Amino acid sequence: MRRWLFVLALLPSLALAQSTVTRDGVTLTQPQEAEAEQIGNQLRCLVCQGESLEESDATLAKQLRGIIRQQVVAGVAPAQIKAYMVQRYGIFILLKPPFSPLTWLLYAMPVLGLLAGALGVWATRRRPPRPQPLSDSEAARLKELL
Amino acid sequence: MSPLRRRLLFGVPLALVSAGGAAMYTLLERMRTDQYDPHAFPSPLLGKPVPAFSLPGAGGLPGFASTDLAAPPRPVLVNWFSSWCAVCPQEAPQLAALARQGVPVWGIDYEDTPAALAQFLSTNGTPYARIGDDKSGLTAINWGVYGVPETFMIDKTGIVRWHFAGALTDDLVTVQLQPLLERYA
Repeated sequence: MRRWLFVLALLPSLALAQSTVTRDGVTLTQPQEAEAEQIGNQLRCLVCQGESLEESDATLAKQLRGIIRQQVVAGVAPAQIKAYMVQRYGIFILLKPPFSPLTWLLYAMPVLGLLAGALGVWATRRRPPRPQPLSDSEAARLKELL
Repeated sequence: MSPLRRRLLFGVPLALVSAGGAAMYTLLERMRTDQYDPHAFPSPLLGKPVPAFSLPGAGGLPGFASTDLAAPPRPVLVNWFSSWCAVCPQEAPQLAALARQGVPVWGIDYEDTPAALAQFLSTNGTPYARIGDDKSGLTAINWGVYGVPETFMIDKTGIVRWHFAGALTDDLVTVQLQPLLERYA
């Protein structure tokens, strides 16, 4: 009896894992769809460049979403699916660019900005050298002028 | 305040603002003359052979395959277009001029129908020696094509040497394409 109750309790989660959705012409399970969405959210729609593949209504985005889903169903690893896209469209398709000789300046910018700011602060805060005390003749001249 | 310090306080910001202004002017000028497009990105195909494909003919012309582009007798222009593409007719004069000059211009008709293609060719003329039919748009994805028109130049060893996304202009042909066509002739 207890065992049956246990199985009964597990059924809803089993159903969730097995229930399928059809998106962009591909039928896949809920976890597979979640994985595909996660990949699509990291890729840029090249037609409407401010949007991700998941958000876009462009025909090309729809086709690429279909390809992602087919590959997810076929068991291709997310990194490999992203590599498939980069091979065709270059690193520009990645919404978060990887660190590379082309992008190091982008990532170094905050540090460089901080350094430039620190340099500026240091340069302006540096105390000017203390003036030499007046010599006797200078003191006499000052007294005369005043 | 020493005179040097005063000069620096005035001069350094002035120099920075002037340099920024000059850079911005160059940028806008290059955008105006189609030499720089902020939305463009380099095709990963540059310096590489085209991916394997084979497309049937369309518009009464023979199709072609990657094997036809492996070692062409002279550099070939592959022009992606479609009858539903609004800017494609704009580059018809440039493509026609290149074809007259003897450059093989091969078209790939992207996600199109035979009837619409026939209409497009009769309106805009046919600069193409061949037309491949990419009905599904899957060959386009393998080429990294993300819209029409896009044009690739493939040299005699089958390597992609030049790519442009957008309609060709006279400036583009004279400044960028012609020197490369001569270099790889």
